[in-house]
Amino acid sequence: MSAAPLLEVRDLTVRLGGPARRLEAVREASFALAEGTTLGIVGESGCGKSITMLALMGLLAPDIEISGSVRFRGEELIGKSQRELSSLRGKRMAMIFQDPMTSLNPVMTVGEQIGEAIAIHATALSRAARQARALDLLKVVAIPFPERRLRQYPHELSGGMRQRVMIAIAMANDPELLIADEPTTALDVTVQAQIMELLLQLQKERKMGLVLISHDLGVVARVANEVAIMYAGRICERGPVGTVFGRPGHPYTRGLLASLPKIDRTVESLIAIPGSLPSLAQRPSGCRFHPRCTFAQSICTRDDPALLPRGSVDVACHFADKVETS
Amino acid sequence: MTRYIIRRLIAMPFLLLGIITIAFFISHNTRGDPLISIIGERQMENPDVVAAAKARWGLDKSLPEQYAIYVGNLTTGDFGTSLRTKRPVAQDLLDRLPATLELVIAAMLAGSLTGIVLGVIAARFRDSGIDHLARLWALIGSSTPVFWSGLILLYVFSVALGWLPGPGRLNARTLPPETITGFLTIDSLLSGNLQLFRESLYHLILPALVLGWTVMGIVSRLVRVSMLDVLSQDYIVAARARGARELRVLFNHALRNAMIPTLTIIGFTFAYLITGAVLTETIFSWPGIGSYAVDAARNLDYPAIMGVTIVGGMAFLLSNLLTDIAYAFADPRIRLR
Amino acid sequence: MSASSAPAKPRSFALPSHLTLPVLLGAAITLFWIVTALSVDLWPIYDPLDMVARRLMPPSAEHWFGTDALGRDVLTRTLHGARSSLIMSCAVIFFAVSIGSALGAIAGYAGGFIDNAIMRLVDVTLSFPPILLAMAVTAALGPGLENAAIAMIIVWWPAYARLMRGQVLAVKAREHVEAAVAGGAGHARTLIRHILPLCWGPILINATMDFGQVVLLAASLSFIGLGASPPTPEWGSMISEGAIHFYQWWICAGPGLAILSVVLGFNFLGDGLSDYLDPRRS
Repeated sequence: MSAAPLLEVRDLTVRLGGPARRLEAVREASFALAEGTTLGIVGESGCGKSITMLALMGLLAPDIEISGSVRFRGEELIGKSQRELSSLRGKRMAMIFQDPMTSLNPVMTVGEQIGEAIAIHATALSRAARQARALDLLKVVAIPFPERRLRQYPHELSGGMRQRVMIAIAMANDPELLIADEPTTALDVTVQAQIMELLLQLQKERKMGLVLISHDLGVVARVANEVAIMYAGRICERGPVGTVFGRPGHPYTRGLLASLPKIDRTVESLIAIPGSLPSLAQRPSGCRFHPRCTFAQSICTRDDPALLPRGSVDVACHFADKVETS
Repeated sequence: MTRYIIRRLIAMPFLLLGIITIAFFISHNTRGDPLISIIGERQMENPDVVAAAKARWGLDKSLPEQYAIYVGNLTTGDFGTSLRTKRPVAQDLLDRLPATLELVIAAMLAGSLTGIVLGVIAARFRDSGIDHLARLWALIGSSTPVFWSGLILLYVFSVALGWLPGPGRLNARTLPPETITGFLTIDSLLSGNLQLFRESLYHLILPALVLGWTVMGIVSRLVRVSMLDVLSQDYIVAARARGARELRVLFNHALRNAMIPTLTIIGFTFAYLITGAVLTETIFSWPGIGSYAVDAARNLDYPAIMGVTIVGGMAFLLSNLLTDIAYAFADPRIRLR
Repeated sequence: MSASSAPAKPRSFALPSHLTLPVLLGAAITLFWIVTALSVDLWPIYDPLDMVARRLMPPSAEHWFGTDALGRDVLTRTLHGARSSLIMSCAVIFFAVSIGSALGAIAGYAGGFIDNAIMRLVDVTLSFPPILLAMAVTAALGPGLENAAIAMIIVWWPAYARLMRGQVLAVKAREHVEAAVAGGAGHARTLIRHILPLCWGPILINATMDFGQVVLLAASLSFIGLGASPPTPEWGSMISEGAIHFYQWWICAGPGLAILSVVLGFNFLGDGLSDYLDPRRS
């Protein structure tokens, strides 16, 4: 690896519940993202994807314990003050959220909120210049009647429109990194594709690095360069998307893929894998997937397998060879 | 929402009529003889006065007719004549209204602003020492009898420390400014007398603080609760994600939302303010409607006390209506419906 | 509530997590005043009406809170003041809750015209600022503790009517009530046996919280001169007497602190009670 990657996360661990309970929401997550590429993160709801993203943006509550390393263009973010982080957030790294219904402030107009995103980082800009730029941004995200939208409140817009506004806010300062946390999950199926297209087009134009959290294996397969599969707070498989999806080395990845009748279908619950995601307080010993795993042996109940390289892919399974060949 | 406000507007006259009816009922049950409630016990010996009052309020007529006359008199602004001041009650109330308004507005501003700041701080540092202290301070504010805290503060700041003047709106020998608004602070400014402005402001500080403390207690509690609710919303995380710093998040994003339920409470504290004003004015010899009411009650000046009660009810109704309207305007989701 | 049963209360009905410091403090203060009100006659202290020392003496070893304008012991009078204050407030709360919840329950259960009539009366009564209505009624009936109590009941019942009506409406819609009606239970039986038992929680919380406010208003009325008459040791009228002797601050310090502590105590207790009965709220 020549230059430092855009984003490099090492052994990121997040513990919730204060010193008394110390529930591990994320354990030793590591991944990297090169400039202008896309990393897909896949896993069931509650597996720790969103918390990982909030942790690396520094958006978790101060009493939540975070350890490990997050480097953004080589610069360490863990341990930075909120003040330092806030000058990065929204400027060089932006985020869009799952539910556009609740992510916009209901008492501020669209114009105010986009204008704020600009004003926070471009303090020298005049009000008129900010409004002009806000208008441009609305045009960039292809919202019809952008002039009118500026004066409207979030509740006057449809879900898809609101997500476009969220994207406009994220784009306000031309970020180098965009984190999209299930950006289309809450939207109508017909709108989902449009929003996804918009994101990809913007990424291409602006050469942003994109972390895409998604349920939709089809989309991830199509747009991501790399993919990381998360299960119960751990990354269990990680590598180039073609290899991971083509020859899965972890039984969970296999189950995910098998649960899709066709690769472009989204399935919320993973019917092909019996059992359900263990809750945060009741994580099994050893490999967290062993109670649901058809390959499980006694070692799996004792040892949590490390994420080890197998060719171009990293897998955390004691029986990765067997999984791949079976 | 417009429909809701219109409904409230339509209900207003009925509530007013209800207030008048209850007032009629109370004054008709004044220890046996309603006449006492009009002219007072001492005048009962005087046949001329008795006859005149009977004629004016129709006391020799049937009950429904009496009621009609009562309502008629009140709707033309005739609350009768004060037994104590021998002047029309309506005139007395008008003269004393500005003093009360000046005090109540000052108290409401002081109490709401400090209450909001305290509530925001308490919510931001939830469950910390600051939070507990802020909540205790607020609770003491709404648990202390104002007629006592007024006395104590007056003793401490005026007698013991000498920082602030004693009771009254101005020093005993000061001539008030020319009446324009009736607010001494504003009138003295309008007449360009800065010395007088300072004096009237200094006199306003203690009673406004005493009265405002109650409001602060109520407002800060509610602001804290709604801030806690708002701070857990997605759009707060989203605001931080776009680089908003703590102060901007707290005041620009969270407080603007938390203020919507708070507005209702600020309107609701008006009831406490009237209660408080009655007692505060008495302690501070403030020549407003509250001290008028107490003087009236102490002297069993029935027309005056009924007049204050009716006017107080009307003010209460009006403040509730204004609160509803303010609420609707504060929340775009309601405003645009 | 008897003095002896009170200390067992927390142990028997609250989980330890509800026994926060404020709740314990509130219980301790409340208990202190209840015991005082019940037993103050037996205490080895001065007589509240006797001149026991020189007038207007500042606090000293013999007279911790000093003496008033007639040379009476302020501490003694403050302790004795608990009696009239607590008895009156208990009576007001009891009657306001009884009348208010009875009318509210009938309104909520009957609906239609009866509901409308009762609730409009509630609306109108609630349109008056409490102290003004209480002053007007007391003045009309004639000053005195009983009349002040009647006035305060008139001020307070509508809040309970509104609360109870809401409760009854909510419970009425539940299945077990419909089942009872379908099973042939009469109106009175349905209301009393199947609805009311589920409605008391919020009423109880409110009554506890309101107790302090009633103490405050009662003292206010006495302060104005509409409640207790002079020789009676009553907190509001003691402060009123103290206000005349303004430079002798100690005359009103005792009764003022007494009111403050009672109101705070009941507020703490009410908070704890609402956390206990309605965990969602906390």
